[in-house]
Amino acid sequence: METSIFKLKKLVPKAALLMAVAAGTALQGCSNTEGGSANTAEGVATDAASAVYVAPGKHDELYSFLSGGFNGQVSVYGLPSGRLLKIIPVFTQHGENGYGYSEESKAMLMTSHGFVPWDDLHHPKLSRTDGMTDGRWLFVNGNNTPRVARIDLKTFETVEIMELPNSAGNHCSPYPTNNNEYVIAGTRFSVPLDMKGGTGDVSLDKYEEEFRGSISFIKVDPEKGDMDLDFQILVPGFDYDLANGGKGPSEDWVFFTTYNSEKAGTLKEVGASQNDRDYLAAVNWKLAAKYAKEGKAREMPANYYHNKIDKDSHIAKSTVKKKVRYLLPEECPGMMYLLPAPKSPHGIDVDPSGEFMIVSGKLASAIPVFSFSKMQDAIKNKKFDGEKNGIPVLQYEAVLKGEVKEPGLGPLHTEFDGKGNAYTSMFVSSEVVKWKLNELQVVDRIPVYYSVGHLMIPGGDTKAPHGKYLVAMNKITKDRYLPTGPELAHSAQLIDISGEKMKLLLDFPTVAEPHYAQAIPAEKVAPNSVKFYKLDENKHPHAVKKEADVSVVRESKNRVRVKMTAIRSHMTPDNIEGIQVGDTVYFHVTNLEQDWDVPHGFAVMGANNAETLIMPGATQTLTWVPKKAGVFPFYCTDFCSALHQEMQGYIRVSPKGSNVPITFSTGKKKQNIPGVASTK
Amino acid sequence: MKAYQKVLMIVAALSLGLLFVFPMWKIYLKAPQYPEGLELHIWVNKLGGSSESVLQNFNILNHYIGMEPIHPESFAELQFMPYIVIAFMITGVLVGLIGRRNLVLGWSGALMLAGAAGILDFYLWLVKFGTNLDPMAAIKVPGMTYIPPLLGNKQLLNFEALSLPALGSLGIFLAISLSIVTYYFTLKNNKITTAATPEKVLIS
Repeated sequence: METSIFKLKKLVPKAALLMAVAAGTALQGCSNTEGGSANTAEGVATDAASAVYVAPGKHDELYSFLSGGFNGQVSVYGLPSGRLLKIIPVFTQHGENGYGYSEESKAMLMTSHGFVPWDDLHHPKLSRTDGMTDGRWLFVNGNNTPRVARIDLKTFETVEIMELPNSAGNHCSPYPTNNNEYVIAGTRFSVPLDMKGGTGDVSLDKYEEEFRGSISFIKVDPEKGDMDLDFQILVPGFDYDLANGGKGPSEDWVFFTTYNSEKAGTLKEVGASQNDRDYLAAVNWKLAAKYAKEGKAREMPANYYHNKIDKDSHIAKSTVKKKVRYLLPEECPGMMYLLPAPKSPHGIDVDPSGEFMIVSGKLASAIPVFSFSKMQDAIKNKKFDGEKNGIPVLQYEAVLKGEVKEPGLGPLHTEFDGKGNAYTSMFVSSEVVKWKLNELQVVDRIPVYYSVGHLMIPGGDTKAPHGKYLVAMNKITKDRYLPTGPELAHSAQLIDISGEKMKLLLDFPTVAEPHYAQAIPAEKVAPNSVKFYKLDENKHPHAVKKEADVSVVRESKNRVRVKMTAIRSHMTPDNIEGIQVGDTVYFHVTNLEQDWDVPHGFAVMGANNAETLIMPGATQTLTWVPKKAGVFPFYCTDFCSALHQEMQGYIRVSPKGSNVPITFSTGKKKQNIPGVASTK
Repeated sequence: MKAYQKVLMIVAALSLGLLFVFPMWKIYLKAPQYPEGLELHIWVNKLGGSSESVLQNFNILNHYIGMEPIHPESFAELQFMPYIVIAFMITGVLVGLIGRRNLVLGWSGALMLAGAAGILDFYLWLVKFGTNLDPMAAIKVPGMTYIPPLLGNKQLLNFEALSLPALGSLGIFLAISLSIVTYYFTLKNNKITTAATPEKVLIS
C-alpha cells in the first residue's frame, strides 16, 4: 500500500504541482491571511461573504441533504448559507423526538436480526422524474445491516425501510433509475449465501468458492413511493463499491465499480490490491427486469423485514417477507458485462449526456473515461477479453474514450456542471480538480480542507445539473474550526463553480460524517411542506380528538392505557391515580393543536425511555413501567406557549395490589377548562 | 316604473346574494409569532377564517386573558340572519316586479335599519367578548379590556387587531345604493335624465 502511494507520487508530474502552487500563491497574494495559516484563505472569493449571505428572514436557494454516515441520520442544510435546517433520523433512534422509542416508530428499526437501532447511512439519492430530481422522496442506504429507507419530503420524515436479504455492506446503494422504476443496491461485502436467505456456516478459507455478492432491484410505486424487492442478481464475490445509473442513450444501464476481484477474504488492504485492474460492471436493468418477468428468475426462501409508516395513523408496521427471486448472470446473456478498470476503483459517475462513464480509481494515476457508444460497439463486435464467472469482460481499449492524465492523487468521485466540465475529488492531494469532459484536460484545481471524500453539485448526477455551487465533504478537519477535544465535526466547503475558476465561498461544519449529498432548488420542495397534520384525518386507534374523550383504563392485570391530549397550555388528564408498580403504562398523547409550529413534548420522570414529541394533529405513544411507588411528574418538553412551564401533571404510583382506584382529572370539579378544543 | 328601473331594483335585491358567497366582516390579527397572520371571517351564517382551525387558534390565544371561547353555536344570529337576508331578497324582487316607487323607498329604508341593527349587534358582541373576562385568567392586566375594533385597528397586548368589512358587506351596500338610485330615477320619470350610472356609485 505504502509503496504504491510512493509510486503514485513519483508519477505526478512536477508541472501540475507547480501549476497548483503558482495558482495558490497568486491567490494568496490578494487575500488576507488573518486566519493565521496561509492555506486557510487560499482560493477564497473576494465577494464570498455576500455570495453566501442569506439575510435574516430570507430563505436559501437550495435544500441540501447530507448523509450523516455513522450517525444513521440525514442532515438538511440550506445552500448557499450552510445553515442546518433539520436532522432526520432514519436508521438511528432519536431521543429528541422519540423516533425508534415511541410505540409507533419502533417497528421502523426491526430487521431479521431483531431491533437494530443504528446504522451507517452513506448515500442519499433524490427521486427522479425523467432523469431530474422531482422533490418527492429521498432514498438512503444503511450500510451495516443492509437496508434502504425512503424519506417523504412533504414531512421530512422516514416513512419506509426495506431490509435487503443476501447482502452485507449495503454500500453500493441506493441508485434510482431515471423514473424511479427501480432503486438499485449492491453489496460491498460478499458473503457465503446459504440460498435460504441467510449466510452459510462456511469456513473463511472458502471465500473464493463460496462467497457471492448481490444486486437488489427495488421497485418503487410511481404514485406512493412504496418499495418492493422485485428481484436480485447474484454476482461474483467481488466488493461492489459504488454505482450510478445511465442517462439518455445509456438510461437502460446501471454501472457498478468493483474491487477485490482477487477475492481475498483477509487483509484485503493487501489482498484486494494485487490486480492491476478490477472491473466496472455494467448491468442492463431493463433487460434484467425483462428476464425476471419472463421466468428466468428462480426463487429462494428468505427472511427480511419491510417496515412502513401508515400515513393516517403514523404507526409503523413490519411485514416479514419470506422469499426472494434471483437471476444468475451466466443464464442471462446480454444482461451484464465487465469493463476492466484501474486498480480498486471507487466512484463511478455518468455525465449528464449519458455518454461518458467516469471511473475514479483511488489508487490510479489517471482517470479513465469510458464511452457508452464504444461499449455498445464492443458488445456488438464481441471485443471480449475472456470472461469471469460466465460474464463477458470487454477489452479495455475498446471501451475507453481516454484518460485524464495527472489529475491529482486519490481520485474518488466526479460530478458535472452541465457545461461540459467534470469535477473530481482528490482524497490524497486534498483538492477538487476541474477538467473538460471532451478534451480530458485539467483546467483548474482548488484545495479543500482536508482530504475530500464525496463532492456534490446540485443536480450534478442528473441530466441537467444546477451548476452553480459545489460542496466538498471532507474527511479530516484538524484546524478548521475552534478545537472541540479529540472528536471534531467534519468540514464541508462550498465552492462557486459558475465561472472559469473555482472560488471558495464558505467553510461549514457538518454533522457526523457526510458521505454523499443531494441538493435541489427549494421551489421543488418548499411549497409541498406539511405544516401540521389534520386532526380529522388522524386514524390512530388510540387518538382522542376531544378532551371530553380522554380515558385511563386498566386493561389487564398489569397494563394501563392512558389516552390523553395536549393543547396550550395543559394536558388532559394531568392528575392520574391508581397506577401500580410494575404496570406497563401506555401514554397515547394526541396533540390537539391545529396550527403551524406548535409541537408538544411529553416526558415522565424516571421512564426508561426517551421523550416523545407530538406534532399538531398527531398521536404518539410513550411506554413507561414504574419501578417504585410515589408521585411522578410529567410535563411538556417543547416550549409551546407563555404558560408552557405550567404544562405539567402528576401520576401517583401505588404498590402492587394496592386498592387505590384509577381516577383522572384536569382542573378542580366544575372548573371550566379554558381553551378546550374541538375537532372543528 | 320603467322596465330598466324594475331590473335595477331586482339587481339591488339579488346583490344581497353576495352575503352567501363572501364573508361580511374580517378581523385580522397580527403578532410577532404570527408572521402569516390570523383572520377571523364573519359570514351571515357561519364563522370562518384564514384556515380551517382558525377558531380553535383564536380561542387558544384568547383563553390566556380569560375570554370566553368563540363557538358558532353561541350566536343565534347565525341561525336566523340568513332567513332575514333571503326575505329581503324575495321582497326586493317582488318590489321590483310590482314597480311601485314608495315600496322601493320602504325596502331600502328597512334594509338600512336591518344593517344598522346588525352592526350594533356585532359591536355588542365585541364588547361582551372583550369585557366579560374570566376572573381566573392567567394573564390579568389591571384595567385592560380586549374589545376588538369595530372598524380600523387597535393594539391588544401583542396583537394588532384590524377589523374591516369584507366583500359580503358590499352586497348590502350595493342593495341599498342601487335601490336608492332606482328610487331617484323614478322621481324623474317625467323628465329626460342623465342620472348617475350605478358604476359611478360603485367607485366609492
